[in-house]
Amino acid sequence: MSQRVPVQQELAGAEEFTPEQLAKVDAIIAKYKGKPGSLIPVLEDIQEAIGYLPKEIQKRVALGLRIPLSEIYGVVTFYHFFTMVPRGRNIIRVCLGTACFVGGGAQILDLMTWNLKLQPGHTTPDRRFTLETVRCLGCCGLAPVVVINMDFHRQVKVGRIAKILEDYE
Amino acid sequence: MPKLRVEDLYRIKGEVLRASALEAGKRSARITVHMGTCGISCGAEKVLKTIKTALDESGRKDMFITTSGCAGMCKKEPLVTIEKLGEEPIRYEEVDEKKAAQIFEKHVLGGEVIKEWAFAKGWEQKELAVEGAKTPPGAEEVPVSDKVRFFGVQELRVMRNRGIIDAEKIDEAIARDAYLGAAKALFQMSTAEIVQEMKTSGLRGRGGAGFPTGMKWEFCSKTKGDVKFVLCNADEGDPGAYMDRSVLESDPHAVLEGMLIGAKAIGAHMGYIYCRAEYPLAVKMLNLAIDQAREYGLLGKDILGSGFDFDIEVYRGAGAFVCGEETALMTSIEGKRGMPRPRPPFPAISGLWKKPTVLNNVETWANVPQIMIQGGKWYAGIGTQRSKGTKVFALTGDVNNVGLVEVPMGLPIRSIVEDVGGGIPKGRKFKAVQLGGPSGGCVPAEYLDAPVDYEAIMQLGAIVGSGGMIVIDDSKCIVDLARFFMDFCQDESCGKCPPCRVGTKKMLETLTKICEGNGKPSDIDNLQRWASSMRNSALCGLGQTASNPVLSTLRYFRPEYEAHIHEQRCPAGVCKALITYSINDVCTGCGMCLRVCPQEAITGEKKERHVINQEKCVRCGACRSVCKFDAVAVA
Repeated sequence: MSQRVPVQQELAGAEEFTPEQLAKVDAIIAKYKGKPGSLIPVLEDIQEAIGYLPKEIQKRVALGLRIPLSEIYGVVTFYHFFTMVPRGRNIIRVCLGTACFVGGGAQILDLMTWNLKLQPGHTTPDRRFTLETVRCLGCCGLAPVVVINMDFHRQVKVGRIAKILEDYE
Repeated sequence: MPKLRVEDLYRIKGEVLRASALEAGKRSARITVHMGTCGISCGAEKVLKTIKTALDESGRKDMFITTSGCAGMCKKEPLVTIEKLGEEPIRYEEVDEKKAAQIFEKHVLGGEVIKEWAFAKGWEQKELAVEGAKTPPGAEEVPVSDKVRFFGVQELRVMRNRGIIDAEKIDEAIARDAYLGAAKALFQMSTAEIVQEMKTSGLRGRGGAGFPTGMKWEFCSKTKGDVKFVLCNADEGDPGAYMDRSVLESDPHAVLEGMLIGAKAIGAHMGYIYCRAEYPLAVKMLNLAIDQAREYGLLGKDILGSGFDFDIEVYRGAGAFVCGEETALMTSIEGKRGMPRPRPPFPAISGLWKKPTVLNNVETWANVPQIMIQGGKWYAGIGTQRSKGTKVFALTGDVNNVGLVEVPMGLPIRSIVEDVGGGIPKGRKFKAVQLGGPSGGCVPAEYLDAPVDYEAIMQLGAIVGSGGMIVIDDSKCIVDLARFFMDFCQDESCGKCPPCRVGTKKMLETLTKICEGNGKPSDIDNLQRWASSMRNSALCGLGQTASNPVLSTLRYFRPEYEAHIHEQRCPAGVCKALITYSINDVCTGCGMCLRVCPQEAITGEKKERHVINQEKCVRCGACRSVCKFDAVAVA
């Protein structure tokens, strides 16, 4: 279900983490250890703490929770929320729920793609932006919606896109 | 905090009502800022801050500010309600910081309503009305709430606390009778009586399939087993439906109480709420509500002194639509890839961790407390023969009034679209209303008089579903819409069973081909053939219903498919490969289109007619969207 990752990007994911970051990861694993069904919350917390879930972190989780790595990889690639590559400083999420689609969300996405020269699911080389799509954020009254980091931009018009992006460094 | 007893619920209710009622000499005005996700994203927090500062500066101690969740009228957010002693409350729409300051100055302090920004006066629910309240000066022409067409046809049961309580304060929920239904179920009713009451109510699952809730509970209560679970499906993945988010954010205790009652009925002591990750505010509110309920002894051991134990945990999803399917949801809670498993065995026999389990969705659970308090007969008092009570719809798309609407079952769809929705904007024409999202279908104008009823809507080739209702005007291409839904299902198919994995892929490829003008006459037959094999052989609801949007649009809009296939023409002017944009002589040469074109395909001098270079044009339509003079034509 998740998009295939180019080889270079996957290698970039194998960067070393700082000892502090790894300590955080271990603390999260310790917190949930022994609790049945805790794999997904563990991965969610780790991704929140260090940004993404490269293979070396998955291996750490496998050893910590005593779950086969294959199972962990299976879960990470199944759910949209998880990513194995580092993402940009600003995450743009263009809503493509039905109301946003009817309200012109696809056109907004098209223009974002052209403006940033970036396909959905990818990050700009300077890591300023990651462009993602999302299936309904549940605020259909504001369609079409674009969320950048935690800011909601409602009833986005094509003429305003460049201006909106300017605010994010 | 000492654990509560039933009499404490009444005590708290009395205290809250006394402390919040407007009273001469003590409290002269209440200002409510509505802060659901929609409101917050439109700036409700800034509005709240402005009013707080203004109130502090005024030094008035007899006025107070409260916040509450969504008030239902999503397009007009942020909303603010002002109620002054002896006067009808006034609801203001699209309030920003400037307006908030003026409203405070003129209305709250000065007593004069600013009628240009007010859209309704009076109470949405009659039982809340204060007798003898007068219309405040300046509000003579502001429409009365139940005369406003948006509110007039609504019947609030699930959303009875919307815009009224502050979801962060359990006491306010208790003041609106929260946990009294649970108290009744715990002390006065046997499990059989609870199940019977549910069966009498005729409540059917509000998540989509419409299975009778009482029957589901009965199966599970009769299954032997010392460990059982109740689950709440808050994985509201259907794009275009958001009533569950609204309930969780504005009245989480209704859901917790419903689950407590369900737990008593089947003999469960643990419950999980599976909430999607896209709803951070809902997760926060739920966790807060659970903590407060535990502190009061409304969850945990020996609830209200009844000897019954029950606790709830929130489980955050990780973004997979298929996890809204009941068996996939359970697999996901178990920490695995959220794939469905074959039924039988049904969850009532073998569900989460292979234990007997009852799963209902948010809206279903939120109905339960009122059924306990007022009785199943009361609930069944409205609706049609087979569909009882009310249903919440998320009315969105090309309508003037976008929002959450709770209507009695049996109301004609037309009444929702036209009365509540208030017509189609920009002078366009109604084309269809899409019900039930990716598993649903389109209903065209000629069938709009069909009632909201599970069976009646199914006969039209759509479903009530979770309640997404998206209105489409004549500028939308129906084939493109079908392709959109198939793209969604193909992307969200878990890949476990071939009919869904291969079927959605084949159907998407064919629909894309048709949209690109490469369709063949045999494609329509193929689509229908694949649809029927998927319906008959897919493992779960996602695959079985994934073809519905295609079948229903083929049923009502076949000529539009044929125009794409035989004439390589998109009648609505949407499908990129079949259209060209050009600029006509209305063009004033303002340069808007030139600036917005991502391809630099538009050229022209200032104040002269511009031209589109067709070779560079990618047909994104940006020029047409920004043109204020309608000078960009599509053909």
